[in-house]
Amino acid sequence: MPERITLTINGRWCEALEGTTVAAAIMNAGAACRASATGELRGPLCGMGICFECRAIVNGKPHQRTCQMLCEAGMEVNTQ
Amino acid sequence: MAAVACAAEGGRHVAVVDDNFTLGGQIWRGKDTPLKTAEVWRARVAAANVVRIQGARVYAQPAPGVLRAEQNGSYVDVAYEKLILATGARERFLPFPGWTLPNVAGAGGLQALVKNGLFVEGKRIVVAGSGPLLLAVAAYLKRHKAKVLAICEQAPLSRLLKFATSIVTDKEKLLQAVVYKSQTLSAPFHTGCWPVSAQGKERLESVTLRKGNRTWTIACDYLACGFHLVPNTEVPELLGCRVLDGKVAVDEWQQTSILDIYCAGEPTGVGGVELALVEGQIAGYAAAGLPDNARSLFAQRARQRKFAQKLEEAFALDSALKELPQDDTVICRCEDVSYLTLKDEPSWRAAKLHTRCGMGPCQGRICGAATEFLFGWNAGSVRPPIFPATLSCLEAIPELLELQETR
Repeated sequence: MPERITLTINGRWCEALEGTTVAAAIMNAGAACRASATGELRGPLCGMGICFECRAIVNGKPHQRTCQMLCEAGMEVNTQ
Repeated sequence: MAAVACAAEGGRHVAVVDDNFTLGGQIWRGKDTPLKTAEVWRARVAAANVVRIQGARVYAQPAPGVLRAEQNGSYVDVAYEKLILATGARERFLPFPGWTLPNVAGAGGLQALVKNGLFVEGKRIVVAGSGPLLLAVAAYLKRHKAKVLAICEQAPLSRLLKFATSIVTDKEKLLQAVVYKSQTLSAPFHTGCWPVSAQGKERLESVTLRKGNRTWTIACDYLACGFHLVPNTEVPELLGCRVLDGKVAVDEWQQTSILDIYCAGEPTGVGGVELALVEGQIAGYAAAGLPDNARSLFAQRARQRKFAQKLEEAFALDSALKELPQDDTVICRCEDVSYLTLKDEPSWRAAKLHTRCGMGPCQGRICGAATEFLFGWNAGSVRPPIFPATLSCLEAIPELLELQETR
């Protein structure tokens, strides 16, 4: 069994299996990745690093493409 | 992977620069691909002496024969004598009201997310769009215990039947289709059918589908929707390779219009994994100076290319899909540019200048294909950096910064 990792998404503790991308963890948590230029909530679209809809703030850094990024223990993820 | 293995087996020093954090591209993404073919190629690559640069995005060519890629916020330069481009394809997304809601994803997009840890057990999912990927995705989601409520293919039944008849002689493809179909029997398969809108407050709650004159709404958790594939030609274009009709032009050795630059797989025309593998092998052998090995694969490639041609005909888009966007439907998702704002623009270039359509972080990778279909625009030439890069990466190429400022 893959190991479980604990991280926070919008301040809430969440568990993810090792090998989970941050984008998948955000969707599993029912959260949105970002608000668009006009304030619409957005989530991942392409799942493969092309569309940039999955951008979120990871460990304080904005504009992280979360679908190309694996969850790490203690990571802080926030809707951008 | 095929190109890497074959070039390395030819005794060459090989480095692979890959956007993903593991090899395998989109189809063999993650550990969730227990396919024999994938294992064979993984083993061949593992046995070869290859430098792997993973999680790196090529964004510029600082000098001829050198590629620059962004990796973890800084950059790496890779110099080469021969280059093989295998940039794959992306899904084509067509805008309809509600397509920007969270939990509306691509068909391959949702599959990629599930491969990377998204749970879909018990989730209600509608799979829609076009292409053979739809059945594969539906079967995959069902294996992960999702409730696939409907599969909607925009192509009409008549064309699909013609396509099915034409691949009867191709046992492998036919078997694949039969397996996928049998795994998805419980989900209604609609042809000539597509989503006309998606509804929801903070995220997707329901999808409205149309088939002919009939329109109906299904409550669901996810919509997996992609209209077949478009080749990723940005890197080949950056390097000056000739692109015709959206495809990278190559000769019989998979060499592009630029000497010593080869291209294999979907960028030369969408044809699926088997064609990509055989083109990769030919490119790998040709680049390694083993023309006889490459030539021995020509017949196989010709067969697979016929299949690619049939795919293109079978899944050609219905022009009625152009009427899906409403005036307030967002077309450019990065910059939130609406259909109303765009519909009177004469060209892609004018739209970029006047509305910022295609000027966001995806650089038109999503709305470019959509506006090409909707308005007949040609997304035109690419400019470095072809991928958003951090300022520290741009500083390394002063002329790039200059470009940014004068844009």
